[in-house]
Amino acid sequence: MKKMRPDEISAIIKSKFPQVTEEAGTNYIIVPKESILEVSQYIKNPPLALDNLHCITGIDRKEKIEVVYTLYSIGEHHGVTLKVNLTLEDLNVASVSAIWKSANWLEREVYDLFGVIFSGHPDLRRILNPYDWQGYPLRKNYSNPDFIAKPRM
Amino acid sequence: MAVIEKIPCAKIIEKVPGGGFFLTTSESILKWGKESSLWPMTFGLACCAIEMIATGAPRFDIDRFGAGVFRASPRQCDVMVVAGTICVKMNDCIRRLYAQMPEPKYVIAMGNCAISGGIFYYDTYSVTKGTESLGINVDVFIPGCPPRPENLLFGLMKLQEKIRNEKNAAR
Amino acid sequence: MDATQTKDMYTEEFLINMGPQHPSTHGVLSLELKLDGETIRGCTPHIGYLHRSMEKIAENRTFTQFIPFTDRLDYVASMNNNLGYVMAVEKLLNLEISERAKYIRVIIAELNRIASHLIATGTFAQDLGAFATPLFYCFREREKIVEIFDQICGNRLTYNYMRIGGVMADLSGEIIEKIKEFIEYMRPKIDDYDELITYNVIFLARSKHIGVLSKEMAINYSVTGPNLRGSGVKWDLRKDEPYLVYDKLEFDVPVGENGDAWDRYKVRIEEMRQSLRIIEQAIESLPQGDVTVKVGRVHKPSVSETYFRTENPRGELGFYIVGDGSVYPYRLKIRSPSFSNLAVLPELVKDIKVADIVCVLGSFDVLMGEIDR
Repeated sequence: MKKMRPDEISAIIKSKFPQVTEEAGTNYIIVPKESILEVSQYIKNPPLALDNLHCITGIDRKEKIEVVYTLYSIGEHHGVTLKVNLTLEDLNVASVSAIWKSANWLEREVYDLFGVIFSGHPDLRRILNPYDWQGYPLRKNYSNPDFIAKPRM
Repeated sequence: MAVIEKIPCAKIIEKVPGGGFFLTTSESILKWGKESSLWPMTFGLACCAIEMIATGAPRFDIDRFGAGVFRASPRQCDVMVVAGTICVKMNDCIRRLYAQMPEPKYVIAMGNCAISGGIFYYDTYSVTKGTESLGINVDVFIPGCPPRPENLLFGLMKLQEKIRNEKNAAR
Repeated sequence: MDATQTKDMYTEEFLINMGPQHPSTHGVLSLELKLDGETIRGCTPHIGYLHRSMEKIAENRTFTQFIPFTDRLDYVASMNNNLGYVMAVEKLLNLEISERAKYIRVIIAELNRIASHLIATGTFAQDLGAFATPLFYCFREREKIVEIFDQICGNRLTYNYMRIGGVMADLSGEIIEKIKEFIEYMRPKIDDYDELITYNVIFLARSKHIGVLSKEMAINYSVTGPNLRGSGVKWDLRKDEPYLVYDKLEFDVPVGENGDAWDRYKVRIEEMRQSLRIIEQAIESLPQGDVTVKVGRVHKPSVSETYFRTENPRGELGFYIVGDGSVYPYRLKIRSPSFSNLAVLPELVKDIKVADIVCVLGSFDVLMGEIDR
C-alpha cells in the first residue's frame, strides 16, 4: 500500500473533525483539549491505523504548556504529531491510556515533570522523582536550593 | 564469623621476653588476612558498574587480589564500591546498606560521580554531590569517567596498603 | 499447596520488595511484588533511582556540549546513543554529511550493537543460573571490541565519538584490519554460544513459554527492538525507515515465533550474526573522503522542532528537539526504549514464580541509565 504523506493524513483528520487546526508551516495537528479522546479513538482505527504511541513530550512555553503526542503506524508506515495547548490556570487533559497502554507511564512522566493532570489515568503518581517531591522540575521557573546552574557562555 | 581483633591477654604477653615480637607478627598476619580477602558488595549504580564487571572478567581479573567474591548481601561484605551516580531517591538506601555492613568495613568511591557529582554537578536537581555528603567516610577515591579497570585495581591496592599501615588491627 | 487447598491454615498475600540493590535487576530497579507463597499475584516497578535530570541539563548546554551526556544514557551502547542524538540535530539543522562518515557511522554502530548484545546474553545466562561461564565468554569477546574503540577514540565505555557533521576521527588502515580480524574471530564464537547455551536442556526449560508477550500487547505498549521482534512483528527501523546507508546493505531481520523469553534471546543472537554481515559489506564499500563537514563550534537552529528515531540495540531511541534560535536547545526530550519496554512487565508476571520474574526481566534487557535519564 502506498505510504500516506503527512498532508494527506492531516487532511483526513481535518475533514472528520473540523475543530482541529494545523500549525503554520508544519504538519503538526493542534487538537483542542476537549476533543483529544475522540480524535485518538478515530486515528487508532483503519484507515489511519496509528497503533503505536511512541512519545509524549511536554514543552513549557511560559504562558502555556504544550503536550505533544508522536504516533506511528506499524502496518501503514506513516506517522503524525498531535499537539494540545494547555493554559497555566487549567492544566487538565483527558488521558489516552485506555486507548494506547504506552501512555500510562509516558503521562506519569509529564505529570511528574510539568504538573499536567491527566483525568481518567488509572494511577497518576510521580514516576522519576521521589513520591513526596515538591515542585515540577522541568518548568522554566523551577528553583531549588540544591540546584547549581552552570554559568552561560 | 568475626575475626578476633584484639589478641586476648595482650598485656601479659608483652611482658614475656619475645612477646612484643609475637604480637607484631600476629597483627601483621591479621592485616594480611584482611587485605587479601576484601569481599566487595555488588553495588553498581550506573556506567561504572560495567567497568567493575569488566574488572572481574578474565582480562583484568580482580580475583587474583582476593576480591573476586562479589556478595549481594551487605552482611557478608567488607568493602562497598560505590560505582556510579548517587541520586536523591537512593540516599536512604545507601545509608541503610552502609549501616548493615559489619565492622571492619571500607568504602571505595569509584568514578567522578561518586566522588563529587561528576558531570552531573551543575544543573541537576536530583543528584547527590558525592558520597561524603551522605555522611559516609570514604577510604579511597578513584577518579575517572569511567575509571579504567587498571585504575580500580590500583585503587584496591591502595586500600590494601592503607590496611597494612593501620595503627592497630582492631578497627 | 496454594491458598485454596488449605482447610485449617490461614494464608494471606504479602508484599516483598525486590529492592534497588539486587544482583539480578540490571541496575537500580525496585520491584514491589505481591506474593502468595512463591507465586506472584502483582508487581509494581518503582524507578527513578538513577534520575540524573539530563533533560534539564540539556537546556543549559550547547548542542555539542550535550554529546557526552548521551553516552551516559544507555552506557552499554554509547555509540548508538551518540548517533541518534547527532542525527536528530543534523535533521534540525538540515545538514548533509559525507558518504565516508555515513559508512563509518554504520560500522561503529553495528560493532556496538554486538557489544551490547553480548552483555545482554551474558547477564541473562548468569541470571538463569549458569553462573559465570557465559558471562566470562561474552566479556572476553567484548574486550576485543572495546580495544578497537579505545584505539579509535580513547575511551572504553563513554566514547563521545560522533560529532554534528561527521565523526571525531578517521579509521586508519590498521584499525580496519583489526575490525576484519575481529569479524573472522567472532563468527565461530557465536556458534559456540549456540552450542553452550541456546539448546541447553536447563536453559530451554527455564526460558521457554515464560513471559509470553503477544503481538497486540507489544504494539499497544510501544515495545520496540528485539522484544517486539521476538513476538513475531517484523519491524526494524533499519529496514522500514532506513537512515544512513542501511538501504544499500543486505541483511535479514530475525523474528521470533512465540514471544517468550527464549525467542527474545534467540533474536539477539541472530542479530549479532547479521551485524557481522553488515560490517563486512560496509568495510568493502567504504569510500574515500573527509569524515566531517566544516561546521562551526556552536549551532544556532531556527525556531523549529523535530523528532528523529534510530534503532538502538534495545529498541527505538527518539529525540524530540525544540530549537528557539539560540545556541541552547529550548527543550530536549529523550524517548528511551527501555522505558516503554519495562512498562509491560506487570502484565507478564501474573501467576509465575519468583525465579521466573528474574528470567522475564533478563530477557527484556533493560538498562536503568536510559529509563531514568
